[in-house]
Parts: sequence; C-alpha cells; structure tokens
Amino acid sequence: MSFHFIKHDTKIDFIGLRYYAFALSALMILIGGVSLVMKGGPRYGIDFAGGVIIQAKFDGATSIDAVKKSLEATNLPGLVVQQMGPEKDNDFLIRTSTSLDDTSDSMQKTVAAALSKDLPSNTYTFKRIEMVGPKVGEDLRGKALEAMYFAILLIAIYISGRFEHRWVAAGIMAAGLFAGISALQYINAPQVWLVLGALLITLILCFLLKLNYALGAIVALIHDVMITVGIFSILNKEFDLTIIAALLTLIGFSLNDTIIVYDRIREIRGKKTGDTLPVIINQSVNQTLSRTVMTSGLAFLAVFSLYLFGGQVIHDFALAMLLGIVVGTYSSIYVAAPIIVSLTPEGDADQPAPAKVKTA
Amino acid sequence: MYRNLRWRLLLTLAVMIVGLALVLPSVPGIKGTTLGRILPDTPINLGLDLKGGIHLTLGVDVDKAIENNMATMGQDIKATAREENLALLKPTTLPGTRLEAVLVGADKQEAFEALLKKSFAAIKIDAKEKLPDDKIKYQLSMTPEYKKDLAKLTLDQAVKTIRNRIDQFGVAEPDIRRQEGNRIQVQLPGLSDPERAIAVIGKTAHLEFKIVDDTVDPASVQQGLIGPGRELSVLKQRGAKGETTEIPIVLKKDAVMTGEYITDARATIEQNNNQFSVNMTFNARGAKVFERVTEENIKKRMAIVLDGKCYSAPVIQDKIGGGKAQITGSFTQDEARDLAIVLRAGALPAPVSVLEQRTVGPTLGQESIDAGMMATGIAAVALILFMAVYYGLAGVIADIVLVLNIVLTLAGLAAFGATLTLPGIAGIILTIAMAVDANVLIYERIREELRNGLKVSEAVHKGYDRATLAILDSNTANVLVAIILYQFGTGPIRGFAVTLVLGIIMSMFTAIFVSRIMFDLYISKRPADSAVSI
Repeated sequence: MSFHFIKHDTKIDFIGLRYYAFALSALMILIGGVSLVMKGGPRYGIDFAGGVIIQAKFDGATSIDAVKKSLEATNLPGLVVQQMGPEKDNDFLIRTSTSLDDTSDSMQKTVAAALSKDLPSNTYTFKRIEMVGPKVGEDLRGKALEAMYFAILLIAIYISGRFEHRWVAAGIMAAGLFAGISALQYINAPQVWLVLGALLITLILCFLLKLNYALGAIVALIHDVMITVGIFSILNKEFDLTIIAALLTLIGFSLNDTIIVYDRIREIRGKKTGDTLPVIINQSVNQTLSRTVMTSGLAFLAVFSLYLFGGQVIHDFALAMLLGIVVGTYSSIYVAAPIIVSLTPEGDADQPAPAKVKTA
Repeated sequence: MYRNLRWRLLLTLAVMIVGLALVLPSVPGIKGTTLGRILPDTPINLGLDLKGGIHLTLGVDVDKAIENNMATMGQDIKATAREENLALLKPTTLPGTRLEAVLVGADKQEAFEALLKKSFAAIKIDAKEKLPDDKIKYQLSMTPEYKKDLAKLTLDQAVKTIRNRIDQFGVAEPDIRRQEGNRIQVQLPGLSDPERAIAVIGKTAHLEFKIVDDTVDPASVQQGLIGPGRELSVLKQRGAKGETTEIPIVLKKDAVMTGEYITDARATIEQNNNQFSVNMTFNARGAKVFERVTEENIKKRMAIVLDGKCYSAPVIQDKIGGGKAQITGSFTQDEARDLAIVLRAGALPAPVSVLEQRTVGPTLGQESIDAGMMATGIAAVALILFMAVYYGLAGVIADIVLVLNIVLTLAGLAAFGATLTLPGIAGIILTIAMAVDANVLIYERIREELRNGLKVSEAVHKGYDRATLAILDSNTANVLVAIILYQFGTGPIRGFAVTLVLGIIMSMFTAIFVSRIMFDLYISKRPADSAVSI
C-alpha cells in the first residue's frame, strides 16, 4: 500500500524554463515594491512604530461603528478600530499611534471613560493592552533588521563551507564584511543603510569570490522575504515582531529546501557523470521533486491548521508562514538552483566538484 | 548490521522514560496523585501571553539621579569649604551634569582646589574664570568613572526598590531584571490591573517635609512674584463626595526632612471621618531630627510633600517626639495601602517611566492555549493520517517517532526551565513539519534506491545514510537561524526559537536514530527479499 503524488521519473526542464521564472519573480517583487512605495513603506505595528492597542470584549452585542463613534470624541491620534474574530464575539481592537503622556494609563482611562459614557448598558473587559514607547519601537526595528542580516550572513558562510568546501573564502567574506561594516559605522551611517550596505557587500563578495551556491541561496532568501513583505503590504497587514519571527522562520524553511536540492547536486557532481551543469541541476531538482512537494505540502497543512484554528493573536504570523512556504518552495526550485547555472561560465560547467562527497 | 539493536533499543527506552517523567507533571490531573509525587516537580513554564499577566519595560532616568547627586554634592562642597573658611557662592547645577560655583577671594584659589582634590576625588575642574570683584567662577563636573559607578548604583538601587515594592504587593513569581540602556524589565504573571501595578512600581515616592510660608499670598506668587527660597505647590484635598480640589500653597524650598528615615508605614482608617491615612515610623536618627524640626517650627504649618505634590499641611501644635508621623486626608483605601507600600519599600533613586507595557488578560491567555492546542492537535492528526496512508507501515513508524518527538520537545522545555509561549506553540507545529520532513527525505530515498534495484536491507541502509547527510545540513542551517532569532527576540519570540531548536534536535534523534531501530526490527523479522511497505 503506497501512493505517489509525483512520478519518480519526472523530467521537467526546470533550467530551460528559468527565464520565465525570473520574469515571474521580478514581476512579483515589482508589484510588492510598488505597493510598498505607494503606501510609504511597510505598515508598522505598534512594536515598531510605537503606540497603544487595547483589545476590548463586550458582553452584549454592539457594532464596530458604535465603538468607533464612541471613541471619536476622544481625539486620540491615529485611532483605528478593528473587529477581532467573528462579529458575534463583540471583540474589538482599538489602536492609536501615540500614547498620551507616554503612559498607557491615561489612554486606557480615556478609552474606558468614552466607552462607559456612550455604551453604558454594555459591560466590557480589556483582554489585552499593549503599549510600546517610540524609543523601544525604534530599538526593536533596528534589532529586527540586524537579525535578518545576521541570519543571511551566517547562512552564506555555512553554505560556502559545506557545499563548496571553501571555508577560507567564506572566512575572507566574513572578514571583508566586518571591515565594510566598521567603515560604515565609522561614518555613522543610519542603521537601515548599515544593514542594506552589509547585504550588498555580502552579495558582491559572494560574487567576486565565486561563492555561487551561497549567492544562489541568499538571492533566493532575499527573493522570498521581498515577495512576502510585498504581499503583506498589498493585503495591508501590519508588521510586528511576530511577523519578523515568521520571516526568519521562512528563511529557515526556504533554506531547508534549497539545501536539499544543493545536496543532490553535490552528490551527482561527485559521481562525475560527465554531464553539464544544467543537466545535473535538472536531474537534482527532478529527483528531489517528490520530497519537495511532500514536505512543503505537509508543512503547509500544519501551518494552515495554525492559520485556521490558532486564534486571533497568531493569525498573521500563520499567514506570513503560509506565504513563505509557497514562495520558499518555488524559490528553491526556480531561483536558487538556476542562479548557479547563470553564474557559472559556459564550458566551466563540467568541472569536477571541488568537494569530496562524504557519507556519514 | 543488527548487532547493536539491543543497546539502541535500551537507550531509546531510557530516553523515552526520562521524557515522559518530565512531561507528565505538566499534564493536568497528574499533579497531586501518587504518580505526581514521585515525578520531578518541574512543570513547563507558561509565558505571560498564555497565562496572562503584565510585562513592563521601565526606563530609569539615570541622568536625573546624577543631576540630583550633583546638586547635593554642590551643597556638600559649600559646607566643607565653609569649615575651611572658604566662601563659596551659589553652587548651581547646569545642563549636562555640570556644576557652577563662585569662590570669593582669588587668593583662596589654591586652598580651595586642594580641598577639592582631598575631599572630592569624584569632582574635576573643567574651567575657571576670573570675575572682576576678586572672585573666581568654577565649572565643575564629575569624573566619567564616578558617573558610571553612580549610574550602576542607581540602577541596582532601582531594581532593589522595585523588587521590594512588588514583593509587598503580593505577586507570585515576579521576574525583575536589568537590561542594557538603563532599562528594567518586569514580568508580573497573573496580575491583570496594570494601572495599579504601574502606579506602585513607577512612583518615585520621594517624601519631603517642608515648612509652609503663610506670610506670602499664593495669589501673588501665581502671578510670578516668588521670593528667594520659596516655591509654589498645590495642596490636594478630597471632599466628602470623593472629589479632589487643589489649593495653591507656598513652601520654603529646602526640605527640613526627607523620607529616608522611614522604617515602617501602615495604612489606617480614622474613626471620626472614615478617611484613610498612612502612619509612618522613623528610625532613631529620624525621630531626633523630626523632634528638633517640629520644635523649631511650632505654630507653623508643615507640608508633607510626595513627588512634588503636597498631601497635607497640618499646624504643628507642639514638638513631636517618639518618631511617628501621619499623612492624613485625601486617600482611598487602595491609595493609602499603595502609598504605605512605596514608603516602606523606599524611594526610587531616580524617576522611572514606562517604555513598554504588555498586558494579557487571563481570558485571552486561556483562549490562546485552547486555540494553540486545537491547532497543534489538528495538524498532528492530519499529518499522522496522511503519513500512514501515503507510506503504509513505514508511515506508521514515522508517526510513532513523530509523537515521541513532540513528547521529547516538551520534555526539553521542562528540563531546561524554558518558557512555552504562543509563538512557541507555533514552533512546535513547525517542528512537527520538520520532523516529518526528515522521514520523508529518508523514505523517498529508500523508494528511490529500491527502484534502482537494491535489496530491501541495502536500500534501507543506503536511504538512511544518504538522507542523514541532507537532514544534518538543512537542520544545522535552521538551528543557526533559530539562534539568531533567540539573540534578537524578546519574550514570546525567544520561546519560539527555543522550541524550534529543541524540536529540531529531538527530530534528528527520533527520525534518524529511533525510526531506524524500528525499521531494522521490521526488516529483521521478515524474509530477506520480501517487499516492504513504504
């Protein structure tokens, strides 16, 4: 008793299709980018922008309009009222962009006073109150960028070492990067530029040192993050700490897929079949396709359960993960591996693999 | 090939028993039974987002403390100088924690500087300027080392005071720790009234006793005509219906006594008007000071000022001995009780502001637990069914190790005292997917080798060996990412990183090591060349 979703002898010409894939990716990134520019950057949640959210649950029925109307008189800056969960729950999220007097105290009191005045017969409880001051928000934003960047750097070093056996080149890259960052820090560049600069240096160094596998993996990861961020912007979703966690997780997941394909390329190259690199990569992607589809499908299933049943608090986190799984799977097949082909000069393709294949 | 089977089995069993022993105490209903008593008492910690509570990040205004210290030091220098017959005029603090003072008599310069060097090692002279009438203006500041020490001391003192206050407030298992950037993180599980907690934690509680100057009309002061050494304050009063009024009042600026001598403070109710007040007890030194001060100011009013606000200003009828004083008037019961707490616990060395506050009510926490359990359960069941159908008996083996993986991940959480948060539950779900991935990799590889015509035992052997390398590589990369997540993340996200790392490590053990044992057992029991269910 056993089933197969994917036939074991698929011979899809992934490499031949790569220009269509590149076009599709570029289009996706462009659409997301346009949305980001039009909306003036990502929509930061209070974690990054600072502000207050209060989640209020009413015991009796009320409408979002009634709550909104009641709070309008308070003149709270940047007031947004959202319904949480189904309408019958009477659960609302009240958000303002800045806190009065820098404490959530007065904000909480203001909201409570307004609600009690206009909806006197309807009792409510505050299920959640979150206040992030502007300074903390700024710090968290910097830390999040830093984390994304370090994740990508570590991965670059690891892949170069493991798949090309070029720990030395990886070390040179790390040293070059360190020098670049120090220079940027010396001229007091703002943190956003620091991280972008670091990313650029990493890419250029990978390119110059011919760390093609690492470059492919990193480009795929940046591709995934950009598309997910773009879709979030199109859907008008907020960015907060949990979304950053989701992005880092999808980096891990996408990388997982990429490594499995790379592992197969490493194995086939080790056999020295005399095939050209495009052929080897096509074989590798096809041979691992069944596993890729299975794993991604199952992961999607697991996270989909989180998305449907995990509750309101984690809803957007699950959404980011779902998008990430789809994009990450696609990028491992269509971005990470084909980039190696594009980067390798013709005729160079059949060089013997520099790495000896180790079997554990 | 199977010779180590027995040892591997024993190891697995041992790990399983340890894992179960660690997880069972967290299962509701186990605690209190006979089984619960013999098991280790280390249930899994739930994060604030699951059990409800308050998370606060407080910013300590260290600069303010340094400024205050500078002002006191200025007075100190003046007093010490006077003892040496040196006249130092108006030491005043300037922005940037600097101090300015004027020395009378340019010929005293050497003596004064020698005195500074001898008695005030923490002070350095930044600049001096000769003034026309035989005076020298000094600009002084603190040495950087002293400032650093002072900042550290201030933070330590603030943490201690806050801990004291919270202890008196009666919160179980509070977590208070210093963070970089002059911040203090406070976690109060189970507390759902953030307003009151913040009021108690954040109150500076700087208590001063000042003499009221009734010869000056507050109205004229309000127009900006304030005499030297006087300040305008407001007297808070509560009427019969609970409404508060604020009456302007003029005080002599220099406090005659501060709250540092308080040894005890209790909230009491007054019999005649049912109002709450706070009774304070001073230590021996404070009692003496209080007696002298009251004696010197009989028939005058003494204002009791807390954080710049005047609470009461009774007339001193006679000198007060015995070291007891009372703050009466405008308090509700809670206010009086909380004030007593902060007075008992001592003043904060510097003002504290709330930079970040996250409060999760108990209902939302429970909802999150329920939803997380539900999502995990459904995900697990869906995957288990799918694996069994898709891979047959091999799928069942994968399912068994999957369950084992979840148990071991939870056991790891309990063993390391890590905290399970809502993102942590998401981490477990993701781990389930990763653990399945390991099995899928192995099984797809075995199927592939079987298609290549290998015998079952060889295919299994080769499948595990080859897949192990891929699993190791991909999991290492994931652990790297999770470690970074841990480094940068705050509370809940750290929970996510921890479960992810634990889950990945456990999945390598279960998917590679344990499932291999079962496979070996399964194969060894059947004829060498019969087909396997995979």
